[in-house]
Amino acid sequence: MEKRILLKNIDCPDLHRLAKYEELGGYAAARAALASEPASLIQAIKRSGLRGRGGAGFSTGTKWEFIPKNSGKPVYLICNADESEPGTFKDRLLMERDPHLCLEGMIISAWAIGAHWACVYIRGEYAYSYERLKLAIDECYQKGYLGKNIFGSDFNFDIILHRGAGAYICGEETALIESLEGKKGQPRLKPPFFPAAIGLYKAPTIVNNVETLCAVTRIFQMGADAYAALGTEKSKGTKLFSVSGHVNKPGVYEVEMGYPLLDLINVECGGVWKDRALKGVIPGGSSMPILTAEELKGVVLDYESIQAAGSYLGSGGFIVFDETANMLDVACNIAHFYAHESCGQCTPCREGAHWIEKIFNRIASGGGIRSDLSLIESIAKQVEGHTICVFGEAFVWPAKAFVKKFPDDFANLLSDQDRLIQIERRKEIGERQINKGVELS
Amino acid sequence: MTDNGSARSLDSRSNRQFLAASDKDFSISENGFRRLNDFIQKYPDKRSAVMPALYIVQEERGFVSLEGICWVSERLGLSAAQVLEVVTFYTMFYKKPVGKYHFQVCRTVSCALRGASEIMAALAKRFDGLLPNEVSADGKWSYEEVECLGSCGTAPVCQINDHLFENLTPEKLLAIIERIEKESPDLRFSTIKDRLGEGLKDYPKSEIC
Repeated sequence: MEKRILLKNIDCPDLHRLAKYEELGGYAAARAALASEPASLIQAIKRSGLRGRGGAGFSTGTKWEFIPKNSGKPVYLICNADESEPGTFKDRLLMERDPHLCLEGMIISAWAIGAHWACVYIRGEYAYSYERLKLAIDECYQKGYLGKNIFGSDFNFDIILHRGAGAYICGEETALIESLEGKKGQPRLKPPFFPAAIGLYKAPTIVNNVETLCAVTRIFQMGADAYAALGTEKSKGTKLFSVSGHVNKPGVYEVEMGYPLLDLINVECGGVWKDRALKGVIPGGSSMPILTAEELKGVVLDYESIQAAGSYLGSGGFIVFDETANMLDVACNIAHFYAHESCGQCTPCREGAHWIEKIFNRIASGGGIRSDLSLIESIAKQVEGHTICVFGEAFVWPAKAFVKKFPDDFANLLSDQDRLIQIERRKEIGERQINKGVELS
Repeated sequence: MTDNGSARSLDSRSNRQFLAASDKDFSISENGFRRLNDFIQKYPDKRSAVMPALYIVQEERGFVSLEGICWVSERLGLSAAQVLEVVTFYTMFYKKPVGKYHFQVCRTVSCALRGASEIMAALAKRFDGLLPNEVSADGKWSYEEVECLGSCGTAPVCQINDHLFENLTPEKLLAIIERIEKESPDLRFSTIKDRLGEGLKDYPKSEIC
């Protein structure tokens, strides 16, 4: 069963207009929040157990607490709407249909952390979401819900919209900050300094995902304890799942944490299409390792259960594959994506992403040799943990999983004569060196 | 004027490989200047307005040229190289002119699973052997494969200029092209409107589909 908390009103027509949103009880939570102590709001969010919905699953309340007191610098709030993880499209739905839910969450969060300026960093392709949010922000300014003395209090708060330009990496919070400062979106080294201490323009900054900020609004509408009563012990509340690929009814579904994974696919999404059997599912966007149909049995939708099965919940972008899907093709496709999107800052990632792509393509074109599989493994080892951000992991984890879990899709294309080929290659290199030597002398 | 100086310094062969085209009649409208000033006011630091400024250049001129980069660098007090690095980093800034109707077909996993390659093949056939990233002789059409457009639930999808078309089949896309031929709609970013008083207007359904 779907449990609609964030998506409660999503089917109401004109929900994106302020009048309709207020009619349904909107902005009451923000007014109430402005009348209470910021510290108590942070405690309430901690009590609700809300974890960041962008992918990392870090406690939102704890993140807010990292803001240093009296640093003498302004505090900034950024809403991360740069939803670029393949297979994820939940934030698009929230922004297009219910933009005020996100804005209200931003007002509450800003009051809690003491921010007076906030930015929604929205991915460039989301032109429609941009227009919807712009309309919502304009309406708020007209009514005095944004700007000077919002809701008649003495709190000033501005929100601006910033349009990205098609870089996947800008979803990473420090890359997003660099991009917002008007530079290339290349991630910053952390630790030692996280954005909460040194972020945008070297000032304390909180970056939260759209879904997280929407959940903040709902938590203050329904009460932190009521929200914490939903879900499992460590993964509280509900989560939006974007389901795509080989299912009958792809789309965004909101279920309680702890809901059986296979029920989401078979019941909510109407099962695998064309009456075919399930081959595997990528659970958290394309950067997470794939799970086979066998591994999916008994898995429930929360951070811990999926981790125990060998993958991560990530952004909740489910990509479903039926029995006809060739995992080598999928591996090539995903490897190409990451080779294209690497920001180029760290050598292991800049080079490794292209190597992985080349090896997969070589296998797909029939030129692979048996040792290529261990070559992928060895490249993965050299990339993992050796890059500034987690982009490195994002392309080696799925690559390793495809090779390990679906060997049948690869084996037929690998040549048995790998020793012979290796000898040929060595000979070639040797000849080249000899020729060079001749030239030099 | 300093902009000639910075244009010369950028006009080396190493920079030319990033910026294929120059724009001899470059100019920005009054409105463009005004919009950029509005953007500059909004940010705590002027430099943050680089991306909005480049979008203004691209909307008015169709692509970002050397002249466009110099205009942005002058307005924001940056070196031309600081603007150039932004232009070349992000894929949505075009470094050379694209067709009046620029098709971007998503090729990433979810769309690939539901037939993105057939969409690409249909486009190549319809445009009579035109290659991706080339512009047709009449300047009207161009197309390319792009990475995830964030609409995996309605795959396969194609973005024409800034308007998104979902749940496509080759037939559906060809019908859309026919309608563009006949009606020449404006599909630029600025035409995605949902302004006060206009009510609900779901663009994927209303514009052409």
